[in-house]
Amino acid sequence: MSTAMVSVPETAARDEIVEVKILISHPMETGFRTGSDGSRIPRDIIHSLRCIYNGEEVFRTEIFPAIAANPYFAFYLRATESGDVTLIWADEQEQEFAETKEITVS
Amino acid sequence: MSARTVTTRRRLLALGIGAPLGLIVARTAGATPESMQAAIDTFTEGTVPEEARVALDIPLLVENGNTVPMMVSVESPMTADDHVTTIAVFNEANPLPEVAVFHLTPSLGRAEVQTRIRLSDTQTITAIARTSDGRLWSANTSVIVTAPACAEE
Repeated sequence: MSTAMVSVPETAARDEIVEVKILISHPMETGFRTGSDGSRIPRDIIHSLRCIYNGEEVFRTEIFPAIAANPYFAFYLRATESGDVTLIWADEQEQEFAETKEITVS
Repeated sequence: MSARTVTTRRRLLALGIGAPLGLIVARTAGATPESMQAAIDTFTEGTVPEEARVALDIPLLVENGNTVPMMVSVESPMTADDHVTTIAVFNEANPLPEVAVFHLTPSLGRAEVQTRIRLSDTQTITAIARTSDGRLWSANTSVIVTAPACAEE
């Protein structure tokens, strides 16, 4: 299970560039560390993050173990019309998690 | 009771011997300037990026390599005709040379991404951006890390 805090402004003027932020709760185990019994701790990371704005993929990230635990990403989005901003992230077991925020463009 | 203390001591001894070995393994298996260059070459397909238009903001000196704020921005109008399609970030000392690859579209309006990264050691970070005309742009930043990531947990 993986939860996240997503921040998208609730309202925006048309063509305003707004900031989208996401903080995912995840250990981002690199796969390079050894546990107390000397064995390798298996890799367990969030490996991708996508942003869908009104059904269209606008941003995608390939994530490597060099991203810190509890991954944080911030990027910008041009608010062209009211609708949904959905962030989808996936872990090593190919489980997908999503969070949707509504934006009202006036 | 005494058996328990023995196992603890053994475990401690094993840790004492194992830890430096682990460090050596990590060092040899880690990314090097050469493996970073190889990863960059795979991304650039041999084209040499121009050192312009990209800004890579990382603190010059960080105490804790476990979570280092990083901001990459590219000067671009982000229109359908002229926009940044990809930003890739590489490092030369972590176990893997790649940090992250961002795929951008004109819908973003601004080519800027922020995240937090891990740094295993003092090193140079490289960001390379590809624009829609196929050209490549880059920026390098050197970071001094006083307490690296992954050293202890």
